[in-house]
Amino acid sequence: MKIAVASGKGGTGKTTLSTNLASFLAENYPVVLTDLDVEEPNSGLFIEAELVSEERKFKMIPEWIEDKCTLCGICQKVCNFHAVIQLGPMIMVFPELCHGCYACSELCPEDALPMIRKKMGQLKHFKKGNLHFVESRLDIGEEQAVPLIKQTHKYIDQHFDKDFIRIYDAPPGTSCPVMEAVKDTDFVILITEPTPFGLHDLTLAVETMRELKKEFGVVVNRYGIGNDDVLKYCQEEQIAVLAKIPNDRRIAELYSQGKLIYREIPEVREELEKVKELIIRRMEEVVR
Amino acid sequence: MKEIVVISGKGGTGKTSLTASFAYLGGEDVIVADCDVDAADMHLLLQPDFADEDDFYSGELAHISQNECIQCGKCAEVCRFDAIPVIKGRYIVDPLACEGCGYCARVCPTDAITNKDLNVGKWYISNIKTGSMMVHAKLGIGADNSGKLVAKVKSEAKDIAEEERKNLIIVDGSPGVGCPVVSSLSGASFVVLVTEPSVSGLHDLKRVYELVHKFNIKAGCIINKADINKEVTAEIEKFLKEENIVHIANLPYDESFTKAMTNGQTIVEYSDNHLKDLIIESWNDILKSIT
Repeated sequence: MKIAVASGKGGTGKTTLSTNLASFLAENYPVVLTDLDVEEPNSGLFIEAELVSEERKFKMIPEWIEDKCTLCGICQKVCNFHAVIQLGPMIMVFPELCHGCYACSELCPEDALPMIRKKMGQLKHFKKGNLHFVESRLDIGEEQAVPLIKQTHKYIDQHFDKDFIRIYDAPPGTSCPVMEAVKDTDFVILITEPTPFGLHDLTLAVETMRELKKEFGVVVNRYGIGNDDVLKYCQEEQIAVLAKIPNDRRIAELYSQGKLIYREIPEVREELEKVKELIIRRMEEVVR
Repeated sequence: MKEIVVISGKGGTGKTSLTASFAYLGGEDVIVADCDVDAADMHLLLQPDFADEDDFYSGELAHISQNECIQCGKCAEVCRFDAIPVIKGRYIVDPLACEGCGYCARVCPTDAITNKDLNVGKWYISNIKTGSMMVHAKLGIGADNSGKLVAKVKSEAKDIAEEERKNLIIVDGSPGVGCPVVSSLSGASFVVLVTEPSVSGLHDLKRVYELVHKFNIKAGCIINKADINKEVTAEIEKFLKEENIVHIANLPYDESFTKAMTNGQTIVEYSDNHLKDLIIESWNDILKSIT
């Protein structure tokens, strides 16, 4: 069972829900929580666990071999991303623009642009009891999150069998990193807050999930603040509201300290119980 | 012309609410650019009239003409993005996976593959309630190239500022540290970092500041909800001092942020308390920092 926690707007509680839900589920089931918000991975601040392994993650970029190059200009012509530029007697490669398509490298008649590895980030794997936690972190200055998200998915697929409940903390927004994060999941939980910003960004997220033909439900965070428009919207659109996490200054304080909230606030535990029931029901359906 | 860019690393710190308040205080002298194109929310506070709109094209998408395709499979073989699956014996481009590199078209022996320009969103020039203008955008679902749309929004804002003889642009930047943020930061005169005293707020602040530092841009910081965790606030203040970042203000945890938003107002319009004074002071400090 693969569940992604996503949201259009940032700061609505993706990490809060992912970390609390994963820890809560891990009380009874094997769980792997993966932080795919590789630009700003935060889940690790809330999970205390032991480091199991760590690996550097690479992307492939071309490297210019001056001695072999005849300056024919094909590489520059075939690069759609302007990542390979011919400047006088030189070929310059701009790694941050390169998408790693291999066109320049493989279409070079002289083999003067072999692909080499360039580090783009780091993956860490932690474990505590039933709970595994994997996070990937993009190096500062690297601009493309998607390749690292892809490699992280691959790591999870290789290391965990289907007995694990997989929870993915997705990046914010609706653009390509989010698509990559939720692509192969069975269910997406969209978390929002009952405010105009929350509603606006939720509608974008819903459009994205419908485009991807994903099954999804909504969790309302900071319930009680703002207005009822998010609930009305969900009703009109026939979207299930899975849980409502109350607006409570104590939650903000616990969060600020890096603590899990469901252990301290019983109302939150009750709401997580509802999400858990849904997950377990769906897992049983899959088995049947 | 000066450009103030407001970013936060982490979402939900109050970045857009504060940027809109600054735009309101700056009034007709300040051109606004909403570069959070992924989840643009500024229009909910500044009520733009969407006077001008235009499609934004960026990048390409491969298309295979089935009439000319001889099923040789060369395209799928060279594609590094697994974007050409075989469905019922036909090679089909998966539009969500295709990066538009064009490699497939170059190796196709029958020229069956063409690249179409991709419409990735819309951008707008609007009159807003501050008496000024705003450039904003809406990125298409799952679109790539948000960095390029950000660059477009910024360059349009610059053009307008020149035409209208305004010398200040305020930019609402995107979250994260990737390509849209890098694009938001280019050409900035001053960066305002909006953070909150939580372990994640601090963590994200440090990461995004590393990027700001790389670009060598002068920065200031506003700690929002400063009273929610005094220890982390102290830690952030220490970090600001060490890094020579201007400490602009500490703002209290205040539900006026949400209430103003629910009314479609900026905080400085809605609230009449201490918070409003602090935001006015912050804006004046920012203006001082750029002159």
